[in-house]
Amino acid sequence: MSKHTALYGTHEALGASFTDFGGWQMPLKYSSELAEHHAVRQAAGLFDLSHMGEVWVTGPDAGAFLDYALVGKLSAIADGKAKYSLICNADGGIIDDLLTYRFGPEKYLVVPNAGNAPTVAAELAQRAEGFDVVVENVSEAMSLIAVQGPNAEAILLKLTDDAQHDLVSGLKYYAFDEVTVAGHDVILARTGYTGEDGFELFLPNEGAAALWASISEAGAGLGLIPCGLACRDSLRLEAGMPLYGNELSLEGNPFAAGLGPVVALSKEGDFVGKEALAALKAAGAGTTSGRRLVGLKGLGRRAARSHYPVLKDGAVIGEVTSGQPSPTLGYPVAMAYVDVEHSEIGTALEAELRGKVEAFEVIALPFYKRAK
Amino acid sequence: MAKVAAGLQYSEEHEWVAREDGNVVSVGISAVATDALGDIVYVDLPEVGSTVTAGETCGEVESTKSVSDLYSPVTGEVTELNTTAVDDPAVINSDPYGSGWLFKVAAVSDGPLLSAEEYAAKNGGEL
Repeated sequence: MSKHTALYGTHEALGASFTDFGGWQMPLKYSSELAEHHAVRQAAGLFDLSHMGEVWVTGPDAGAFLDYALVGKLSAIADGKAKYSLICNADGGIIDDLLTYRFGPEKYLVVPNAGNAPTVAAELAQRAEGFDVVVENVSEAMSLIAVQGPNAEAILLKLTDDAQHDLVSGLKYYAFDEVTVAGHDVILARTGYTGEDGFELFLPNEGAAALWASISEAGAGLGLIPCGLACRDSLRLEAGMPLYGNELSLEGNPFAAGLGPVVALSKEGDFVGKEALAALKAAGAGTTSGRRLVGLKGLGRRAARSHYPVLKDGAVIGEVTSGQPSPTLGYPVAMAYVDVEHSEIGTALEAELRGKVEAFEVIALPFYKRAK
Repeated sequence: MAKVAAGLQYSEEHEWVAREDGNVVSVGISAVATDALGDIVYVDLPEVGSTVTAGETCGEVESTKSVSDLYSPVTGEVTELNTTAVDDPAVINSDPYGSGWLFKVAAVSDGPLLSAEEYAAKNGGEL
C-alpha cells in the first residue's frame, strides 16, 4: 500500500492521474505532461515533492560525521548553503544521491530520494556510532513544494513581506533561508531538478495544502500550473541531471556517472567507500576503463528508452538509462552508459529500438541550458 | 474516466474500428489508450498497399513517456493513412475518435471485436 502526501486530496481535486513512485502515490500529470513541461520552461510550475526524505543531523560532531558518512566534504559548506553529494557503500556503489543543507556547524538537513529515504536514514544511524550526533528521520512529517520556472521569483515575491523581498531576490542558487511565505514559516531553498530557476519550500505537513493554494492563486496570472512527475522527469533529463535507479545505482560508481568531482578523496580522515573509490579512480573508472555516462541525440524521430542496447557497428557497447523525445529541443535525447572508447563527443552510435536500429550521436550534457 | 465512443467496435488492444463505405474501415486508438500513453509525439503506420493481419502488430505509437505497439484489428489491404496525425500526433490525443484516426483498410475479415458497451465495461470507460 503506497503512501499519500499531505497534498493527496489537493491532487485528487485537481484531477491528477497518479503513479506509484518510491512507495508513494504521486501525481504523474494533471493535464498534459507536455503543457506542464513547457510551463516550467516558459513560466512556472508547482510540484508536490513531499515524497522526498528529510533527515536531520544535529550535534557537536555533525560536520565530521557527514564527512565520514558521505563522499563529499560537507563540513566545509557555508551556513545557509546546500551541497549535492552521494552516500556510497564500502564497495563504492551508490546508495543514493542527496542534497545536504547546512544551518550551522551542528545542524544539517539531509534530503534523500523518496524510495531510498528509509535506507539512507538507517545507514546514517548505523554510521553515527562513535559520533556525538542525533540522526532523526522526519520524512513523514514534512512536506516539500517546488515552484520552478522563470516566473518563480515573481510568484514568491507576491507571497512574502516587503521586508523579506531582498532576501528572496538575493537568494543565490543552492542557498536557503528561513522565510515566511503566505503566513507559513518555511525553509526556502533556491534549488531544483528542472534546469530552470526555482525554489523548493520545506514545511510541516499541516500547512502544505494551504500553502499550495496560496501559491496557485498567486501564480495564476503568471502562467503557473500544477506539474506532475512525468514532466519532472523530462525536465531533469533535458538538464542532464541523473535519476537514482536510472543513472545511479549500487552497481554503478561515481566516476562512471561523471560524478568524480563530488568524491572528496583528499578530505581528512576516512569515509565509507574511500578505499574502493580510490582504487576505482586509480584504475581510470569512467575515463580509461569501463563505461561512462554520456548524452545521446537521436538523429531520427524515435526515442531510445531505458535499457535499450547501444551499438557500435552492430556490437553492443552500452545501455540506455533514460530517454525520450525532448519537448524543448524537438529531437530524441537519452543518457546511456557506453564503453569509454566510444564516449567522445561526436561519436556516431546506434541504439536498438525494439528490433530496429536508429542512429544516435554522443553530445555534451546537459542537453538544455537556460539562458542566464 | 476515458471516453468510449458509441457505435464503434473495439479490439482488446484498444484499437477502434469504424465502418466506412463497403468493406472499408477506419482504425484509430481509443481514449483509454491515449490516456494511458500520455502526449503522443510519434506514430509509425503501415504503408498504403501493404497487408495488415488482425491481431498482429502493424506500427507503433510513441508518447513522451512510453511506446506501444499498434495492432491491426482487421485483416486486409491498407488504403489510406491519416497524414495529419503523422505530421501532428497531438490530434490523436485531442480527438482520438475523429481527426485522430490512423489508417483505413479494405477489410476481408475482422479479428475479435467488442461492442462499445463491452469495451467500456471492461476498461472502466465512459460511454
